[in-house]
Parts: sequence; C-alpha cells; structure tokens
Amino acid sequence: MKTGARILVEGLQREGVETLFGYPGGVVLPIYDELYDSSLRHILVRHEQAAAHAADGFARASGRVGVCLATSGPGACNLVTGIATAYMDSVPVVALTGQVPTSLLGNDAFQESDITGITLPITKHNYLVKRTEDLGHVLREAFYIAGTGRKGPVLIDIPKDVSTRPIEYEFPESEPVTLRGYQPTIRGHAKQIDKAIEMIFDAERPLIYAGGGVIASDASAELLSLVETLGIPITTTLMGLGAVPCDHPLNLGMLGMHGTRSANYAVTESDLLIAIGARFDDRVTGKLDTFASQAKIIHIDIDPAEIGKNKKVDIPIVGDTKSVLQDMLAKIRKKKEYDRWLTRIRGWKEKHPLTYRRDGVLRPQFVVEQLSELLNGEGIIVSEVGQNQMWTAQYFCFRKPRTWITSGGLGTMGYGFPAAMGAHFACPDQVVFDIAGDGSFQMNIQELSTVATNNIPVKVAILNNRFLGMVRQWQELFHDRRYSFTELPPVDFVKIANAYGVDGIRVESVDDVVPALRAAVETDGPFVLDFRVEREENVFPMVPAGAAINEMIGGNYE
Amino acid sequence: MKAHTLSVLVENRAGVLSRVSGLFSRRGFNIESLAVGICEEPGMSRITIVCIGDDAQIEQVMKQLNKLIDVVKVSDITENERVERELALIKVAADPGTGRAEVMQLATIFRAQIIDVGAKTVTLSVAGDTEKIDALEKLLRQYGVKELVRTGKIAMLRGAKTVKSAK
Ligand SMILES: Cc1ncc(C[n+]2csc(CCOP(=O)(O)OP(=O)(O)O)c2C)c(N)n1
Repeated sequence: MKTGARILVEGLQREGVETLFGYPGGVVLPIYDELYDSSLRHILVRHEQAAAHAADGFARASGRVGVCLATSGPGACNLVTGIATAYMDSVPVVALTGQVPTSLLGNDAFQESDITGITLPITKHNYLVKRTEDLGHVLREAFYIAGTGRKGPVLIDIPKDVSTRPIEYEFPESEPVTLRGYQPTIRGHAKQIDKAIEMIFDAERPLIYAGGGVIASDASAELLSLVETLGIPITTTLMGLGAVPCDHPLNLGMLGMHGTRSANYAVTESDLLIAIGARFDDRVTGKLDTFASQAKIIHIDIDPAEIGKNKKVDIPIVGDTKSVLQDMLAKIRKKKEYDRWLTRIRGWKEKHPLTYRRDGVLRPQFVVEQLSELLNGEGIIVSEVGQNQMWTAQYFCFRKPRTWITSGGLGTMGYGFPAAMGAHFACPDQVVFDIAGDGSFQMNIQELSTVATNNIPVKVAILNNRFLGMVRQWQELFHDRRYSFTELPPVDFVKIANAYGVDGIRVESVDDVVPALRAAVETDGPFVLDFRVEREENVFPMVPAGAAINEMIGGNYE
Repeated sequence: MKAHTLSVLVENRAGVLSRVSGLFSRRGFNIESLAVGICEEPGMSRITIVCIGDDAQIEQVMKQLNKLIDVVKVSDITENERVERELALIKVAADPGTGRAEVMQLATIFRAQIIDVGAKTVTLSVAGDTEKIDALEKLLRQYGVKELVRTGKIAMLRGAKTVKSAK
C-alpha cells in the first residue's frame, strides 16, 4: 500500500526530479512527511513566490522541468505571480499545491482557495486531483504537458485526503503519454519550408528576428548555422539573447523599445523578416503598422496561435524551431550575397553603437560592462526588472543560450534573486549573478536567508540608484520630472546581508568596481554588491510608447 | 464581422466549460450562444458556440481553443451545409376566450407543441432555426409573453460529413 504522498514523491523521482523548492503548511503535511527521508532535495524558501521563481530559474537554466510546492490557500496564492511569470515566458514548471480535503471542497474551509480557478488563465493546464488513484498519471501528464510543445507551467492541486489515503498502486511502465486533445506539431510543413527558402533567395534585405523560442527548443546551433550559411543578419528579442554570440559580426543585438538603433533601422528597411520563435510583442514592435512595413514575413513558431496574432504573415511554418531549422538547413544549397544590405547595416552599427558617458562617474552600464569582461561569456546572468534589466541586456555580452535569465513577458520585479537560486541548482558549476535594482531586490530580499542557510553561491549586484529607476525615467521623460512615489530611501544592503550571514561590499567609485566583482566571484558562498550608481541615469536609446521603432531617442554620446 | 458557428469536441471533465468560456471573456471574444451536452464519443462532450467576429478574430478564437488540453477538435462549420436547431419554451398569456385560440393556431403554423395549458397561460415548445423562433416569439408578444427560455443553437453538418476527434 502507498499513500498519495508516497506516490507523488516516487512519481517526481521517476520524472528525474532531484531538487524542488517549497514551503510547508497544514494540508501538505503528509507530503512533507514523505520528503523528510526521501532522496529528493527540498529547498525551503522564505516566501512561496520565491519557490515558483526558483523552479522557473532552474527550468530556464537547465531546459528541464522545474518543481515547486506550496500549501493551500495563502501558500498557493503566493505562487501565483511566479506561475504567471513562467506562463508568459513559456517556462516548463510543475507547481504542486495542497488543498483542503475533498469533503470540504467548496465550503470556504480554512485555507481553502480555488487555485485551479485562480490559475486557469496563467497555466498551460491544471488539475484538481480528487482520487488517489489518479495522482500517478496526472503527474506524468503534467510533466509531459509542461515540457513539450510550447512549454509552460502546469499546476496540480492535491486535497489532503488524496495524499493521505493508502492504495495499492504500481506505476505503469513508461509508455508515452497520449492525450487526445494535445498533439503539438513538431515537424514543419515541407512545402512551406520550400516556399520560405525561395522567398529568402528572392529577398534583397533579409533579416532574422529570433526570440525565446530558439532557446526553449535548444536550437541555437541550428540558428547560428542558418545565419552563417545564408549570410543574413540577425536581431534577437530580450528573450533570445545568447541564442547567437553577441559579438558575432552578423548580430545586430536586441531590437525593440531599448534595442540598438541598427537592429531597429534594419527591421524598418528590411524586405524580408524571418521571425523564429518570437511573438511580435508590443515592446518589440512599437507602433504595429510601421513595424517591418516594407517586409514580407516568414514566421516559424511551435504555437499556431502566435502566427498571425499581431501581424499578417506571408509564410507561416508551425513546428518546433529546432526541427524546422534543421529541415531548412538540409535544403539550402546555394548562397547569395547581400553586400549592399550588409554594408548599410555595418554603417548603422558603426555610427550608432550603444554608448554611455564615460566620465569617471560610477554609472550602472559600466558595472555591467566590467562584469561582462570579467566573466567573458561564462556564468549565468539573471536580472530583476527595470533599468537594471535593460542595461544588462544591452551591455552584457551573452555568447551561449540559457546563460541569460529574465522575466520578459510579465516583467516581474523580485524574480531575479530566487530565479538565480534555481539556476544555481541547475548548473552548480557556473557562477550565477543576479543583476538587481534596489527596488526589485527588496521584493524578495528575504531569500538572503535561503541562500545563507543552504550556502547557495548566488551573487547579487545591486545597481542601487535609490529610485524605482525605470518608472522614474518615464516620469522624467513623459511626466515633467514629477517623481511621484518613485524615490526610495537609502538602504544599507551590506548590513542587511550581514544580518542574514551573507558577505557584502558597498562600492562607490569606478575604481572599486572590478576588485569588488572579483571578490564576489572568488567568494565561495553568496555575496551582495551594493553599487551606489549615478541616480538619474537613463536607458537609451529608447522608443517612446506608441512610436515606430525607428523613431528612437537618446543614446548619442561622444 | 459576422456570426460563426463553431462545433467543439471536448473531454468530458470537470471544469472544461469554464476553461472554454473563460477563454472567450479573457480574450475579449463575444459568445452569442453556447450549448453543451454529451455526444456519441465516449467521455466527450460537444459544444456548439455561436460567436461574432471578423475572420482574424475567429481564427484566433479557434487557435486558442485548440490550445486547451481538454479541447479535442474545433471546427468552424459556418460555411458548410448544415442543419441547425434551437429549442424554445414560451409561456404566453392566453385567457380562454381572448387569445387562446389564436395562439393555438400560431402553434400549428409553426409546428410548435402545446406542452402545458393553465387557467391563464399556454406554454409552447418550438424547435427550429433561430429565425423561425424569433418570428414566433415576435408574433406571440402581442398576447403577452410571460416567460421565455431558449437553448443555445446546436448544429450538425449535412450528409455523411462529421466533426470527429483526431485534432
Ligand atoms: C512586481 C512589479 N511591480 C511593479 C512593476 C513596475 N515597475 C517596472 S520597473 C520598476 C522599477 C524597478 O526599480 P528597481 O528594481 O529599483 O530597478 P531600476 O529600474 O532602478 O534598475 C517598476 C516599479 C513591476 N515591473 N513589477
């Protein structure tokens, strides 16, 4: 006989789970009792939101499914932001929640909340398991759904009696999961691929626009090979950074609201845009009717619903990015020179590099740039949300996929630090940095306790401007510098870190940046760097909201 | 913008209706009518949805519906030859003497059935396409409609063609 809790723990192990992030409570007591002497490593966070973000960070860094666990009611509700974050960025996470016993469901019982109802719009799928007999296969389905097709979070809600009841149960031998209503298309349509190739060779000014789908399907090698085989320039979204090396001569960097001028100009002038695992998000397109308005569009995506959602597409190809790119590469037999186009692009790149004032003042961009040089493409960089995120995207040179982890779609402040913890468990040999703002860091600062107790060697580099910087920037530019509730009081982050048992340094001058970064890297455990940066620095260049993406402002310094 | 009739085959599981209807409200799609019931395939239900939108919106609706794990098949049967039925129950004020005979006559013309007769009311059951029911309802209004219940529309392709699983 096995209890539901035992089946759950065994099932997790059968799925290859080694680490999960969670927080206990009443209705998950039976599950925690099983965890007590299981070989699963459970990391006790200090807030359930952090458990969800850590599972998400683990998934993004490893490419595997991340797992978090919370109790019913408040515990489950605390997961919500983390689940929504994973959903928006298509990250495979399985969230397990306890629930009141089935006999009390719907009674407004103590700590009851309808978490399957609450998470309906922010999960790929969810389950309320009402019989212990169903738990084993629901778990298998959940992992399968989370980790295939367009990936995403799946929640399983487990009433207490379901986890307590003992039943006779053997796991079925692992035949593949089949679901009548879920059969993602993996292979792209051969005729569509032929047509796409033809269109590419007809074009004079083609441009690849690659997004997070490339990272999710581990298609970076194929993408790079496509770029080089065709000799076509590429721009990536925030989520696609690292898909090809930042310093590749054909890479124009990020496009969109805080993209490079060369990328945005190239989109505007291109006559063929090849969108790969990207979804024409409004932060990318700016004013939609002027986005790539001279271009035909090929769109490769695993999710048919993304194709044609925002922009009319000439050649849709539904399929897994990696598989479609492999099929394309196998069919390309010639090469075309796009000399005039490449010359024009090189001109923009030379004329409009990303720059900031180098005047001896401690500026946030300098910190990111120095870290980039120090790590030289190694390590995993996680960010919070706001200016810190954009500066990292702009000034850190990512060379490999899954080394850049950020909340793109939802833009969740407080994501970075716990996600960095998760990334550490995915890649324990890599140094992991969370580049933070002082606002964002304080949204999950309690996790200092988690990294201290478990000696999780995450380094937090706070670009401390004592502002909710990105909001302040908009107030400066669009609200007459009326800084309504965006100024934060000074906080001594080193003292806070120390109180939790974590080392830290405050840095106030340019000269101290590199030694401090070195100290952080060389410390075995977690570390907090409090960079007191220029307070009113802005992220430039920038496309004002609603403008066309070639109408960029700022960012021209000598 | 026009009305589309979607035939949706779903797994017969708890919560499937809220997944489907939630998707419509969340993404700002309008439902004109919705009818759901079990069907010939074991473990499945069929939902007939009438919704209004332009082609791009309807395409999005269908793609988003398809993404739901419990949705097995979505077909837009608007352009196909099909049969459609709606059922209405209409309780009409009809005192013996005043309108009752005329109401009974209308029922005959519309092939409606009289399913209940009270001291002051007559209740009709009528099935047909939307226009027919609209027409009858309009005519009955002059006698005084006390209560009206309409099901959503259900629809089926004509001939041998079917809307079956295998998404
Ligand atoms: C949870 C959450 N609340 C509010 C916002 C809106 N928001 C976006 S950026 C930002 C400011 C972030 O400030 P900070 O973390 O200090 O970073 P900085 O921009 O200064 O680098 C805010 C409030 C958000 N993205 N997430």
